[in-house]
Amino acid sequence: MASHTQALSRDPELLRVEQLSVRFGGIVALNKVNFTVQPGTITALIGPNGAGKTTAFNCITGFYKAHEGAIWLRDRDGQPQDMVQLQKGYFGGTHRVARAGIARTFQNIRLFSEMSVLENLLVAQHQLLNRNIISGIFQLPRFRASEAGALETARYWLKEVDLESSANLLAGSLPYGSQRRLEIARAMCTKPRLICLDEPAAGLNPRETEELAKLIQKLRGTHQVTVMVIEHDMSLVMGISDHVVVLNYGEVIASGPPDAVQKDPKVLSAYLGTEDEG
Amino acid sequence: MKQNFGKRLLGALAAGFVTLILCGPISGIRLDGYEFESQFKIPLLFAAAVTLLRLLSDFIPWERVQADSGELQPGPERFGALSRTAFALAIFLVAASLPLMGSKYLLSISIVALIYVLLGLGLNVVVGFAGLLDLGFVGFFAVGAYGYALGAKYLGLGFWGALPAAALTAGLFGAILGFPVLRMHGDYLAIVTLGFGEIIRLVLNNWLDFTGGPNGVDAPPPTFLGWEFKRSATQGGTPFHEVFHLDYSPLYLDSFVYLALLSVVGLSIYGVSRLRRMPIGRAWEALREDEIACRSLGLNHVAIKLSAFSIGASIGGLAGVFFAAYQGFVSPVSFTFFESALVLAIVVLGGMGSLVGVVLAALFLTLLPELLREFSDYRILVFGIAMVLIMIWRPRGLIRMRRPYFPQEGA
Repeated sequence: MASHTQALSRDPELLRVEQLSVRFGGIVALNKVNFTVQPGTITALIGPNGAGKTTAFNCITGFYKAHEGAIWLRDRDGQPQDMVQLQKGYFGGTHRVARAGIARTFQNIRLFSEMSVLENLLVAQHQLLNRNIISGIFQLPRFRASEAGALETARYWLKEVDLESSANLLAGSLPYGSQRRLEIARAMCTKPRLICLDEPAAGLNPRETEELAKLIQKLRGTHQVTVMVIEHDMSLVMGISDHVVVLNYGEVIASGPPDAVQKDPKVLSAYLGTEDEG
Repeated sequence: MKQNFGKRLLGALAAGFVTLILCGPISGIRLDGYEFESQFKIPLLFAAAVTLLRLLSDFIPWERVQADSGELQPGPERFGALSRTAFALAIFLVAASLPLMGSKYLLSISIVALIYVLLGLGLNVVVGFAGLLDLGFVGFFAVGAYGYALGAKYLGLGFWGALPAAALTAGLFGAILGFPVLRMHGDYLAIVTLGFGEIIRLVLNNWLDFTGGPNGVDAPPPTFLGWEFKRSATQGGTPFHEVFHLDYSPLYLDSFVYLALLSVVGLSIYGVSRLRRMPIGRAWEALREDEIACRSLGLNHVAIKLSAFSIGASIGGLAGVFFAAYQGFVSPVSFTFFESALVLAIVVLGGMGSLVGVVLAALFLTLLPELLREFSDYRILVFGIAMVLIMIWRPRGLIRMRRPYFPQEGA
């Protein structure tokens, strides 16, 4: 383990997944998975259905506890921190992983649908706000400033995802495509360094998918966030990602730049089957 | 809305007329031996009330959300802070002038109603905001009531000391209840909280040496600055009427409890409505909407749940202190599951999370049985029918929760 840690402090990568294994009963969902995510890149995680992509995501974002292995995220000072350890202990849990700088969206959208669009973005900034009860009840200047700042950030992100006019709509009443964008904006409001998008293009039409691709590139380009994305839409994946990791049956079968991965015989056989099988 | 005022007036008058036809024969004619005695005052009053309510209902913005588009409408935010404060103050002053009417009956039912308002506000935090179905809320009410009675008996705690002490104790009990139910949702949570409420009642019932068991405990009447409101001083203070050289009246005690309670209710409403607009209140609501999404945003769901339980419980504890102080006596019989159910009904009927709704529902559900005293055999029946009807017509409660509206930038 020590050698890996040393390796991490030499290399510039933001996230290193090491020997990650997850089992559900007798089923091995992930088997000694290794990959890295370089800062400022868009990394795609692809694979056939049931390959373990979402399981890997849930481990990275702290929703599942890995049985073995480690997930190192470089903290703001450049020191690697193990996300698996953050989930342990009485005060540990998913929220600590999120606070370490990993935000995510969900395959089936999880907005606070009975709250307004703007409130969704305010909730996301919870950790960054003045949460002093006394200060809030008496509306002290510090509290007002903190709330005004939060509102400004929320409006900024609404503008970024083209939802300015929907600020006072209930989130649940938005059209599907807008809900997807709002979920990304909400994740960005936590000021993450790594954002994990779980099938962001599912259910979008081609025009919306194109806009989504632009948005993801803007997240990386303008907002300096590292992006990890699970996606089935191959044209989107190949178009935007710098690095692709292919999973099949819980194991990494290929990783590299999109062009190389596309030609990899193992990937082709995973997706299309091999001639021998027929 | 103004242009078809005439139409609305006509509709209201029609409603009043129908009421007259419906109620006239039932309530307007009385059999006196073989003679009829017509009393047209009562049906006329009914009809006038219906007409007025029908007219008013058009101007009360029941729905804060447009049903078709989900667009929020600006709420009271569109009025300035000054006029909102003035409005709240005016309501408070009108309510505070109730003791001047000099009716002990009116005062005592108002006190009971306000105690339920307070309970409703407390449970609203847990059920309405945080979405944690709590069927044992009466337990915290009991903690507050017994906190005052036992605190006075063993520690010599006064009324004003008991208020914060009971709020803290009930809050602590709320947190204690919170720990085992952290991982529970919905039905399971409801059953565990139901058990918790019963445990508190059974402990109070069976711990004879400490709580007096089914015999209950006496709670001293409240005092204020050393003044007592009884005919003669029993707690070492001076009777209120002697200080001011007034004639003794039993109304003094009730008026004092009423005014103190009204102030606490006012402060609680202010506090809870502030909490809603603070990060913690938003986090409660987010937790109700989606716990998993909350965790993905770095919100500590444990702390948020516990804070909702304990803040709700401490408001319930405050209500308990007033209950004990007003009754002068507490026993476990007052803290049965029926009370929890009634408070839950208040929150659900009023509209989960809506403060105005909860206050109105609490007043409605406590005053209605008083108005129905003549039909006392059917009280619970009428009560039940009213609940069913409200649930059919307004499944989200009388008044839907109002969401904060954020005006457009620069507007």
